[in-house]
Amino acid sequence: MAEVPEWRKKILEKAEKTKAQPAKFGPDITIPEFEVKTSEREPISAPDELPRDVQQGANIVGINPDEKLRSGTYFQYDHSVVLARALNTVPGVEVMSTSEALEKRSWMKDYWWNAVQVDMDKYTAMAELKQTHGYFIRTEPNTRLTLPIQACLFIGTQGMVQCPHNVIIAEKNSELHIITGCTTHPSIDKGMHIGISEFYVKEGATITFTMIHGWAPNVEVRPRTGAVIEKNGTFLNNYICFRPVKTLQMYPVSYCIGENSRARYHTLIYGSKDSYIDVGSRAFLKAKGARAEVTARAIAKDRAQIIARGHLVGEVAETKAHLDCRGLLLSSEARIHAIPELEGKVEGTELSHEAAVGKIQEEQLNYLMARGLNAEQATALIVRGFLDPEVPGLPDQLRMEVKRVVQLTAEKAL
Amino acid sequence: MSSLLKIEDLHVEVEGKKILHGVNLAINKKETHVLLGPNASGKTTLIMTLIGYPQYKITKGRILLNEIEINKKPIYERAKLGLSVAFQTPPEIRGVKLRDIIRLSAGGEPWDPFKEPKETFATPLMSSIGLNPVIFRDRDVNVGFSGGEKKRSELAQVFAMKPKLMVLDEPDSGVDIDSLKMIGNKVSKYVQENDCGVLVITHYRHILPYIKPTMAHVMCGGRIIVSGDPYEIFSKIEEKGYCAYIDICPPAVKALLEKEGAPS
Repeated sequence: MAEVPEWRKKILEKAEKTKAQPAKFGPDITIPEFEVKTSEREPISAPDELPRDVQQGANIVGINPDEKLRSGTYFQYDHSVVLARALNTVPGVEVMSTSEALEKRSWMKDYWWNAVQVDMDKYTAMAELKQTHGYFIRTEPNTRLTLPIQACLFIGTQGMVQCPHNVIIAEKNSELHIITGCTTHPSIDKGMHIGISEFYVKEGATITFTMIHGWAPNVEVRPRTGAVIEKNGTFLNNYICFRPVKTLQMYPVSYCIGENSRARYHTLIYGSKDSYIDVGSRAFLKAKGARAEVTARAIAKDRAQIIARGHLVGEVAETKAHLDCRGLLLSSEARIHAIPELEGKVEGTELSHEAAVGKIQEEQLNYLMARGLNAEQATALIVRGFLDPEVPGLPDQLRMEVKRVVQLTAEKAL
Repeated sequence: MSSLLKIEDLHVEVEGKKILHGVNLAINKKETHVLLGPNASGKTTLIMTLIGYPQYKITKGRILLNEIEINKKPIYERAKLGLSVAFQTPPEIRGVKLRDIIRLSAGGEPWDPFKEPKETFATPLMSSIGLNPVIFRDRDVNVGFSGGEKKRSELAQVFAMKPKLMVLDEPDSGVDIDSLKMIGNKVSKYVQENDCGVLVITHYRHILPYIKPTMAHVMCGGRIIVSGDPYEIFSKIEEKGYCAYIDICPPAVKALLEKEGAPS
């Protein structure tokens, strides 16, 4: 490995100082309980060379082993990048590991911990100190992808902690779509995932990012995500989590720094068993015409606890943002706590929210039963409808594909 | 000939309060019956009891649908037996698409564009009922629907169920004359073609020429106090209000009529 450059040494120092600092939200985790070292996995030349059970596990979180309807694949198995490639059909796209990008691109320092703070908490610190790859995906100016790149972060070793750091850059007037699936091997029960994702949406560019999580009941998850959106840029973020997890806490943030920049979050959570899920979306409106829309749908079953946060900050005039959070309780022991926050710092910013938490309305059930559905069918239909994957703003083909993937995930989980 | 729907001496209470006090009603195939009466006379209770809403408790009497007693049957089993209701104010269900409810009402599956690139069941049904499928196929059921759109959507669902007995709860409230005409004509056509029976709740005579009713019943104080020719009954009520029937009412109902049914 090449010598660590000066700029990174400074970052590592910061991380070193923060490595004991608990996060603001979520239960504190003793990271040393998880194993950092694992054996290396062999590289492959196509996803369908992976063991069958790995393929199947990845498929449920949106990864197509045959790469059908995809522009490329990044596959990280434990700490090993087993595959990173853009398919030849699309020029102007780069897919590689961030470790490789750090060696090859001198300008990577401009994109390393600039959308997420390295000294935020012990998890960001850990991700820097023990970073193992993560994906680097970049579109050249004016490159417009129609099909998504698929990226999988796969945990296949019991009790390990995975710390990838992803950097995604859409250069001026380009369009980039990503479907990323993070999951554990079916045999894995315990593990930890700390994923850093930094997005840079340049002028006139669009990134759509659909992240699907599929964890196990004893897995700890602490992703840290930030996006910087320049003039006329658009960042669409879909997040889907339908399987149980031990604890999951994340609060992705968008900085709308350019005029007419736009951030949109759509979050679908189905919490079951003893899952503790604390998920929010945050947006800072820092330029005229900036907009943010946050929608969250949370279903809590069994003894699941879900905290659904939202924080919109209007820092300049002529900005607008809306937050819409709905929670559905399917058991008397489940909890949903919606915490919407609006922070207007200047006259001329327009922030609003609506939130509702409750159980399925009797009237809705009876209505569907009067159409011949029994109670279970009616409940399932309402639940599925509640987790509506119709995300406005995605191109047609991608919208269909996201829908298909979410349906598949839902079928396996619900 | 046995009746399609037979209600015998039906007594119903809601949350311990007696609402229906012995209702008798029989509807045969191809017959359309109109039910009218002042507010709080028990019309809605009768319909909710028919559908099988659990809070409506039958304390006496029985309901027979095609000679099968349905008193204790859950809502969906009654639906499967051929009972279908067009609700007056159907609930909004976010995320549940109108096209999917129509398909499920017919016993099908929600639309899956991967299996069926072009939707072929709900689309023509929506068109036939005057709902533009391009707009309504992907709409969440009843969310943001106008009064007339709700009536049409309800009717599309009802027709999809291929019912033997249709119950239409105020299909004429809040709709324009064109919708009224279309709804009335569609219903009467369906009745003739499918050997169906209909029970319509309405306050107005405007829909009568289109649905071509066989019989009207006036409900008051939880009882049916008079049954007969629909036009005669409407004429009498329009002239004198529900007080027109005060002489034939039992004392308890009389008191109620004097309070609520007086012509304004």
